[in-house]
Formats: sequence, structure tokens, C-alpha cells
Amino acid sequence: MTMRVNFTVNGRPQEADDVWEGESLLYVLRERLGLPGSKNACEQGECGSCTVRLDGVPVCSCLVAAGQAEGREVVTVEGLADYAKQRAEHGGCASGACGTSIDSAKKWEAKPQDSQTGEGVELSPIQQAFIDAGAVQCGFCTPGLLVAADEMLERNPSPTDADIREALSGNLCRCTGYEKILDAVRLAAARQERQGEAV
Amino acid sequence: MDFLRPASWEEALAAKAEHPTAVPIAGGTDVMVEINFDHRRPEYLLDLNRIELLREWEVGEENVRLGASVPYTQIMENLRAELPGLALASHTVASPQIRNRGGVGGNLGTASPAGDAHPALLAAGAEVEVESVRGSRFIPIDEFYTGVKRNALQPDELIKTVHVKKADGPQQYSKVGTRNAMVIAVCAFGLALHPETRTVRTGIGSAAPTPIRAKEAESFLNAALEEGGFWDNGKIITPSIAKQFADLCSGAANPIDDVRGTAKYRRHAVGIMARRQLGWTWEQYRGTGRPLEGAA
Amino acid sequence: MAQNTRTVPVGTPTDVTQNHVKGGIGESTLRPDGTLKVTGEFAYSSDMWHEDMLWGQILRSTVAHAEIVSIDTSEALTMDGVYAVLTHEDLPAAKNYGMEFQDTPVLAYGKVRHHGEPVALVAADHPETARRAAAKIKVEYRELPVVTDEASALAPDAILVHENRDDHHSGHVPHPNIVHRQPIIRGDAAEAAKRADVIVTGEYTFGMQDQAFLGPESGLAVPAEDGGVDLYVATQWLHSDLKQIAPCLGLPEEKVRMTMAGVGGAFGGREDISMQILASVLALRTGKPVKMVYNRYESFFGHVHRHPAKLWYEHGATKDGKLTHVKCRIVLDGGAYASSTASVVGNASSLSIGPYVVEDVEIEAIGLYTNNPPCGAMRGFGAVQACFAYEAQMDKLAAKLGMDPVELRQLNAMEQGTIMPTGQVVDSPAPVAELLRRVKARPLPPERQWETAGEGADVRALPGGLSNTSHGEGVVRGVGYAVGIKNVGFSEGFDDYSTAKIRIEVINGEAVATVHTAAAEVGQGGVTIHAQIARTELGVQQVTIHPADTQVGSAGSTSAGRQTYMTGGAIKNSCELVREKVLEIGRRKFGSYHPAWANAELLLEGGKVVTDGGEALATIADVLEDQAVEVEEEWRHRPTQAFDLVTGQGDGHVQYAFAAHRAVVEVDTELGLVKVIELACAQDVGKAVNPLSVVGQIQGGTTQGLGVAVMEEIIVDPKTAKVRNPSFTDYLIPTILDTPTIPVDYLELADPNAPYGVRGIGEAPTLSSTPAVLAAIRAATGLELNKTPVRPEALTGTL
Repeated sequence: MTMRVNFTVNGRPQEADDVWEGESLLYVLRERLGLPGSKNACEQGECGSCTVRLDGVPVCSCLVAAGQAEGREVVTVEGLADYAKQRAEHGGCASGACGTSIDSAKKWEAKPQDSQTGEGVELSPIQQAFIDAGAVQCGFCTPGLLVAADEMLERNPSPTDADIREALSGNLCRCTGYEKILDAVRLAAARQERQGEAV
Repeated sequence: MDFLRPASWEEALAAKAEHPTAVPIAGGTDVMVEINFDHRRPEYLLDLNRIELLREWEVGEENVRLGASVPYTQIMENLRAELPGLALASHTVASPQIRNRGGVGGNLGTASPAGDAHPALLAAGAEVEVESVRGSRFIPIDEFYTGVKRNALQPDELIKTVHVKKADGPQQYSKVGTRNAMVIAVCAFGLALHPETRTVRTGIGSAAPTPIRAKEAESFLNAALEEGGFWDNGKIITPSIAKQFADLCSGAANPIDDVRGTAKYRRHAVGIMARRQLGWTWEQYRGTGRPLEGAA
Repeated sequence: MAQNTRTVPVGTPTDVTQNHVKGGIGESTLRPDGTLKVTGEFAYSSDMWHEDMLWGQILRSTVAHAEIVSIDTSEALTMDGVYAVLTHEDLPAAKNYGMEFQDTPVLAYGKVRHHGEPVALVAADHPETARRAAAKIKVEYRELPVVTDEASALAPDAILVHENRDDHHSGHVPHPNIVHRQPIIRGDAAEAAKRADVIVTGEYTFGMQDQAFLGPESGLAVPAEDGGVDLYVATQWLHSDLKQIAPCLGLPEEKVRMTMAGVGGAFGGREDISMQILASVLALRTGKPVKMVYNRYESFFGHVHRHPAKLWYEHGATKDGKLTHVKCRIVLDGGAYASSTASVVGNASSLSIGPYVVEDVEIEAIGLYTNNPPCGAMRGFGAVQACFAYEAQMDKLAAKLGMDPVELRQLNAMEQGTIMPTGQVVDSPAPVAELLRRVKARPLPPERQWETAGEGADVRALPGGLSNTSHGEGVVRGVGYAVGIKNVGFSEGFDDYSTAKIRIEVINGEAVATVHTAAAEVGQGGVTIHAQIARTELGVQQVTIHPADTQVGSAGSTSAGRQTYMTGGAIKNSCELVREKVLEIGRRKFGSYHPAWANAELLLEGGKVVTDGGEALATIADVLEDQAVEVEEEWRHRPTQAFDLVTGQGDGHVQYAFAAHRAVVEVDTELGLVKVIELACAQDVGKAVNPLSVVGQIQGGTTQGLGVAVMEEIIVDPKTAKVRNPSFTDYLIPTILDTPTIPVDYLELADPNAPYGVRGIGEAPTLSSTPAVLAAIRAATGLELNKTPVRPEALTGTL
């Protein structure tokens, strides 16, 4: 038996067909919708590398049965920059109100030759901060951390170190020792604060 | 495998009646691990996410009616005053992502002795409202756990609501794990003071085949508090009483050796947690002399 | 399916170009792949996708040691969606592979030798179909007794894990269940012991650690029209893989075209083959692309681990604290297959006494064959286990002498010119005493940080963290120190080299350099510094990093802290050759216009040819016009020697690296829970090519050392040799709440033998972190603690 699942990903309606009932939302995103940004490090909810927002709430997509996503809104790392941009433009974001418009949403695709560094790509503040602070090494934990950290900054724009650590305690990183991840979140918070003051 | 998506509670009950082997899935934090790792291939998955009433809670006179799927995040953020022990327990559940999905119904359904909610429910006092097409019934929490990963549910029943007694005094909860976050309990302990009835209740997790209360320890402490007039005079509980209470809690445990810890350690840790929590809760009680909110 | 039909798989790596980045050697330029990694577009090996691909699934042994009586695949083969079910009988050519010894079966035949060994293979159109089919394969085992430790391996009636060894160590080892034995004898330890006023002995146990990289073993094999295969995998060393894969496929190496897919961490665990051969066999058999992705459970069986070890030490000293002698014996459990056990033995032996001056030593290290999980490379490679033991010994000695433990270490610290137990002279800076001084001089973090203004305790700052186990009760602080020594690069006479192909050409009027190597970018930032080196050496701004593949010569392994030294050296060398060619073209074109072309020292800077006096002679664009210059060249570090098999003497190592740590911990002494408050590191890095990356490496290595100190261990049942905790639920690695601040203080004392003076940095911090944390816990509790990880049971007497 297989089934069809319809839901919205990064603002764009998606339909997945021939879904096996035991498939996770993570599998459907990665293998059926061409959105492999959410990562498959443990598939048991221990590492957070598959974190996405489900109706605005950060969850491990490996533990959401694909069928449970029916009719719901998902934001993945691929849509994070647009999501953050819309939030900034609308001065905050209620759950579900943000997201990429259908027109501007683009499916993940390997980029053509020679444009691979993505220089000039518009990033969310947390994404830029991760690069600038050296918080990315192998990068496998990065997508999940970005989704989790972005959501924390949305709720708590001026987090203490303890707040950051608690909010990110469900995201394992094996490369960095977390110091530069903390730096990145502090940096993003500080930049957001400055931006807020400027506005 | 078939994926059942009832849109209402009635539909869910009907589906469960028709397919008693169907595995309910709400937060998915237990079921999906088993599927991802090939430990389980249920014939039917019964998705409860669309059933609104399971995500609702209501604070009543005596009880909090807690929908089975209310996520732990909501409990720790919104029910700290009414259910301080459960709120503390909720805060120790795995990670923020898991707390956003998992609820008490899942802990009860899985009935693993390591479920974080159990000691808090046992200490607070609770009844589990379960329902089937045949009707509903209330199962006292003390009778809910029947064996290792077994509970009192009939095959056609679903967990609807947990009626947890509102705190009438301080409550505490601790869990031991070998990591400072995101860890399955090596063992856990919950304690609730009930000044209205001048009783204490306990809950022990991961230190016996099922979650249990340390009833002998409770009786001892109830008697000792009464005899010493502690409830009225608000004096500091003597170290010897605290020690005996802790020892009896330890003794109530019936743990095993496994990869997460030794039986000996679990018994030891239960005693330490019991002694500390008695200190914390009693300090809170003395602080006001009367019922108060649970500590953060 | 969402993807369009493609000729190349989705996720195939492409050139990565930095157009607008400045910064050469010594600057913290940002990663060229950073944007891809934060947008989710960077394709890891598990993200590879191909139209019409199949999924491969391995059936693994459920027992550790058994004869295979029969394998019945018939039922699996009848399932819808199943394209192939293979056993060893279906393998096309060589049935064994291995990095140092070819002792590892592609698929088990005759016997299985460890829990989780691959026995059969399935390819199907969906991973669930493949799993269901694998479950239908019936394997009958006749179980054999398990060899699990030195006693059972060397018992008179011990079963041989491998019956007919013919590897290069089989001739000299005292028993066929010993992979390799390396003694080191220097001076006369027995005689020196007579001068000792104080002697301390100890027995230490180091648990099995997992690399726990987050990106699972995975990749895609695509059958090619020429009968070969295109393989996209995450590995640490493409050419070593290639050498092992091709014979097993029965193909010449040129028909196995390997491309590095994105690597989600490695730490040694990808130095050996995992799914490479298996996916290729399935692809060749079915004629379809085959993707394989291990899940986390399988990953615990899918790669080698850090060797668990038993270590016995005797240290002697005069009453003023001078070491008289060290005797030690180190037994490393290599598990069922050799992997790099022999080299790990060489490291453990030659680095066994630490960064100290000791003239009289008696050392023995052996590596065992057992039925435990195979062990091999992990960050620190044989030096980690020894450091844990010798640093515990130094503290014990200090306590017995009544000396400050840091002073004792400084008194005996090696320095440039010290002779190692192997007889090798340390011929570049070895600032051991200074590193210790630096971590000790650092102010201690404030006490009782859990106390909050007004309200109760912030449990997040306490041992137990969010689990709310203590509000300060039972919490005692401890401080501990450790220092370690690690070799850099491949040792013992190995012909260690790297290859760099460098091209310079003019695109849109601008000089552009392309760097092509086979070096694995595993997260360490190799690609960042490759671009930095090209900018420094060639004076260009725009640098393109070509994907790593086997179309260029070997870069050697991304391990042993060697890639900045080796592939950095190769890139520097090839850039210099390119520069000479560019200048040669310039001289031919413009030499007659300016005497400086002939007389002056010329450099490439800012896109121009300039004299050492700073005078610009021409733009590179004018020199090259439409001409491109390309050089592919191998580059070697200075040669090393094998260690003598009897005395252990020999100049075996290329370079040494040193790091020191100070750990500050708070221990809930009643519950046995530990919170590390700060883990400060001082390390000599030779030259910080990219300071941001340097600090990141040190912090990451430090954290892996912390993990093994307090939580990480693969638990193997000694009765069955089965792994008991193959999951992230029960194999715990530190979360952000377990990891303290890690202040880093690095020295840059150039190694004159190394390019830019660099010193390998990745491994040394993993060594001293663990013993520093152990020392701090001992200081807090007064307990002896001779085993990693320190479990709550060990701190509460409840084992």
C-alpha cells in the first residue's frame, strides 16, 4: 500500500505520491521532493539535524510520519532565508504567516558549474552569522541548528548563553565543540538588535 | 502497512475498534524510531494529529484535564503553577524538538519505565481517561502500569485525557542521566507534598519493571510528619527522618543492570534524589507555610 | 519523482569559486563552501540521487563468531521490487580488501568474525523493500567461542581469529592473534629504577570510542557504459579506496572513477572502506545506479572505532622530581580485522611516555585480533590511550613526591633537541613547559555560577543540567592539567605524498587559479586554505576549487593532522612551479623591455608580476593572454624510517605536535554527575594558516576528548562480543549543554622543515583533553579513576 501526501513546503504546495506509510517527513523531503537540506544523521530524534518547522514549530522531521504532514506547512533550511526575510519585512511572524510565496519558492537543484559558492546569495542573519563566526565545519548539523537557532531568536531576540545552550541542546555537532556556534548565535542576535534599532 | 487518518475522536475510536492492532501515533517520538529502525512494522498506523481535543487542556477545580497529545513544551510553559512536578518532568524530556511533539499520552501508551512523565503523575495523583466505542473509563495512575512496557489499556481503547490532581503544595522532579541534556533516564524521582491531606506521594522511574510509588516511604514520612507536628510547626525535617525516607525510597526500587547504569547505582541515586527533593519541597512549604507554586 | 532525467547524478559536486575573497596565508578567510552549507544546497554523499536508482541494503551478522552453515536467498529474490540478492558467491573478483592487510571479506564467507559483519546484499526499488528482502534472507550459523581480550586471544587453546595469516607482520608476532607487536628498549630501565626515590605504578583501561561523525556512510554507484563504475562517496582517502575497490570488482583502476561527495565529518572513521565496494557490486550486477545510506544503528557497525586499551605503567623519579625511567605495556584491541591496527601499535609504542625526557625506557605495545568490533583510525591514533595513562601517572607521581603536578611536568618537559625513546631527535620547537605555563596562568572561572540573583539555582549551570538533580548540593570543584605529544603525518617509512594540479589562466581579463587535488574536505577547512595558498603564491583573487576525484594523483589521507602540511605543501610546490612558468613566459614576452625581468626576484601579487622591491612589471593577464599554465606534481615530506622490531629504534616520525589542557569541573559527588566548566587549551600550531579554522579544530578536538572522559563508550558484551549500545540514545556524545567554554591560546613556533612552518593541529587537542578532565574529577573527588569514561557508578562506589 502506498499513499499520496499534500502539504506546503517553504510556501509552495507539494504533492508526494507512492509514499510508503512508514516513511518519515524527512524521507519525503529528501528523496521525493528534492530537498535534501534536512539531514539524516540519526533518524531517532537524538541529533536534531533534520529539524524543520511544522506549522511554525521546530520538530525532528525524522519522527513525523509523512502522512501526519498532510495539509500542514513545513519550512526547511532551503526556505529559511525567505522565511526570515518575510519575518523582517512584516515585523515578526505568527506561526504559518511567514514562508516563501508560491511564485518565489524554488525547488532545490544542483546549481550549474562555477556558481557554486553562492556568493551574493541573500542569506538570513543566522545563516550569515554561521559563516562569519566559523560555526560551519563539516556542516552536517548546520541545517538543523539554523532552523532551531532562527526559531529561538524569533521567540527570544536577546538570549543569554544559557538560553542559547538550552534551545540548541537537541542539536548535536561533532566538529566544532559548539563554541563557534554560540558565537554565531550571539552575532546574529547582536546584528538583529542593531538592525532593529536602525529601523 | 496502512495509514489511518481519523478526522475526529469518534472516527479514531471506530478505527481502533475495527483494527485493534493499529498503533496510535501522535508525536511519533517513540513509534517513528521503531519504524525507522525496523523494530516494528504495524499493520496500521492510527494518526491522532488531526484530533483537536487531544491537544487541549482545561484547568478545573481539582484537576487539570490534560489532553493526551498536549506537547511537553505547552505543559512546561503553561501549567507550571498547576502541575509543577509534571512541568519539571516535561522540561527534562529529550530536546526542544521532541518536547514540541511528544505528550503524556505517548509516555502512557508506551509505558516504558523510563518515560519521564510517570514519576510526576504518580506523585501528583492522576487518573487516565481511556475510551473505546464501548464507552469510557477512568484508570487510576497507580493501576495503569501493568508490566514492562505494558499498561491497562484494552486493544480497542485509546488514551483521551489525563486528569492530574492540581498541586496543593510543592512538587519536585529530578532525573539522572549521564548527559546534561537530551538523555534517557537512568532513573528518575518525583515528590509531591499534599498539605491539604497532609500526605506526601512519590514516583520512581526507570528503577523497577514499571513506574512505581515508594509507598512504604510515603507511609513512614506521613507518620513522621504527623507525629512531629511538622505540617503545623513548619520546622526543618530532622536529618534522620530525611535519611530514613531516602533509604525507604531506595529500597522501593527494584532496578536492573543495563547499558545505562547499574542496579546498585539506580538504587543509590533514587535515595539521593528523594532526600534532596524532600529538602527542596519542605523548604518551599516552610517558606509560605501554605500551599505554593512549584519551584522552577 | 520530482527530479528531471539527468546525465549526471543530482548532488554531483562542481567547481567552487571564490571571486571576491581576499586573504592569503595567516588570514581568517571564510569557507568557500560556507554559503552552500548554510542554505542546505551542499550535497553530501547521502544526498546523491539518480533517476531510476536502486537502494542497497546489507544483511549483517547477528552473532560475533560463527561458521556460516548456509545462506538461503530464495525467498528474498521473489519479492516485488527486488533486483538483486547477493552473497560472497556472487562477488566478481577478489573477496577480501583492507588498508594495511587484505583480511576483510567484502561479504563474509566461511565465517563471520564480528557482530554486524556484512553477509549478504540486496538491491531494491525502495529502501523499505530492500530491508524487508534482507530480513527474508535465511542465514544459518554454527556459533564459535569468542575471543574478546588478551587472555582469551593468547590462551593455549585459543581459537585463531585468522587461521592462515600471510601479512607482513605475521612472521614476527609471537602469536597469530597478535596483529603487530612493537617494543622499544632504550637505556636500562631496570638499572635506572635503582636510582628512583619514588616509584608509582598503575593499570588503566580506555574504552572503545566511536567517531560518531554525523553524516552516515553513504554514496551512489553508477554503472558506466565502458563496464566500469562511477562512484560518489564520502571518504578520507580516495586513492586508498580505489586501490582496494578495483581488485574486488575485477576492474582496472581507471575504470573505477571516484568522486568525493560531501563528507559529513570523518575523524578517522572514513579511512577504511564502508559501502564503496558493496554499492559498486550491486550497480554492476543490476546495471542500475545504486544508492546506499547506513542508518545510525548500521553506522555503528559500518566503520572501525578507536581501539580500547589496557595499559600498565611504572614511573620512577628522584626525590627532586626528575624521571628516572618508565616501563609500560599497552594492549590494544584491534577487533576482528586489522584495519590500521599495526600503525596504531607503532604510535602507541613510540609516543607512550609522553612529551617528557626519559632516558631509560622499556616499552611494549601489542594489537590483538579478537571477535570484538574492528578498530582502526580515530583522531589521535594510538597516542590518545597512552596520554590518558601517562598523564594519570604524572599526577600520581606528583602526589607521591608532594610536588605541584604542573611543576613536575615542566621539570621533565621535553624541548627541541630532546631524544625520543626511539632515538629520534626532536628537531623543531617543542614548547611543552610553555604550553603548561599558559593554561595554568589563565584566571579560573568564577565559582558557583549556578547561583542566580534572587531566584533559585540555574540548573543549567549545574551537574545534571536540565534534569534538576542538584541545586548545589554535593557539588565540588576540581582542576586538572594534562599535556600530550602526537606525531603528524604518516610514519615508519611510509611513502607519504600528496599531489596538486594547479592551473592559471585568464578569464574575463582576470587571472584565475584552479586547484585540483584528491584531498578530502571532511569539514576541517582544507578547501579554505587551498584557496589561501593559491592566492598567496599566485597573487590572484579568484580561485576555483575543483572537486576531489581520482582524475588527479593521490593526496593521501585526510588524517594524522597531515593535510595542511602535505596537500598544502603540494599546492605550494605546484604553485611555485606554475609561477616559474608564468615568469618564464613573461621573460620571453617582456624581458627585453625591463632589466628587472632578468635581474630581480619576481613575485606574483595583486594580479601582477612585481619585483621584490614592489615594482609592477606586467599584469598576469598580459603575460598569459589566452595561454594557460598547468602543473600536476607530487610532493613529499622528508623520509622516515621503520622502527626496529626488537629495539624500536628509528627516526619514525615526520613531526610532533603538542597541546596542553586545563580542565575545571564541578562534580555532584553524591550522584556522580560531572559538569565541565571550562576546558582551556594551549597548543603550538607552527603557523596558523587560517586562525579561525585553527581555533575551531582545537575546540572540536577538545570536545571529543571531553566526550570520552565522561560519557562515550561502545559497550561490548564480554560474553558474546556483541555491541550493546549502537544508537545515539545509548552512545552519548556531548551536547552544547555538556560542552564548556574552550578558550584557546595558540603559539606559532615555525617548524623549519614544514611548508610555511605549519604543524598538524587536528589531533593533539584530543589527547590531553581527556586526562585533564580525569585529573580534575580526581581532584574533586579524591578517587583514583583508572578507566574512561568515568561513569557515575565509578564516582559513587556503585559499580
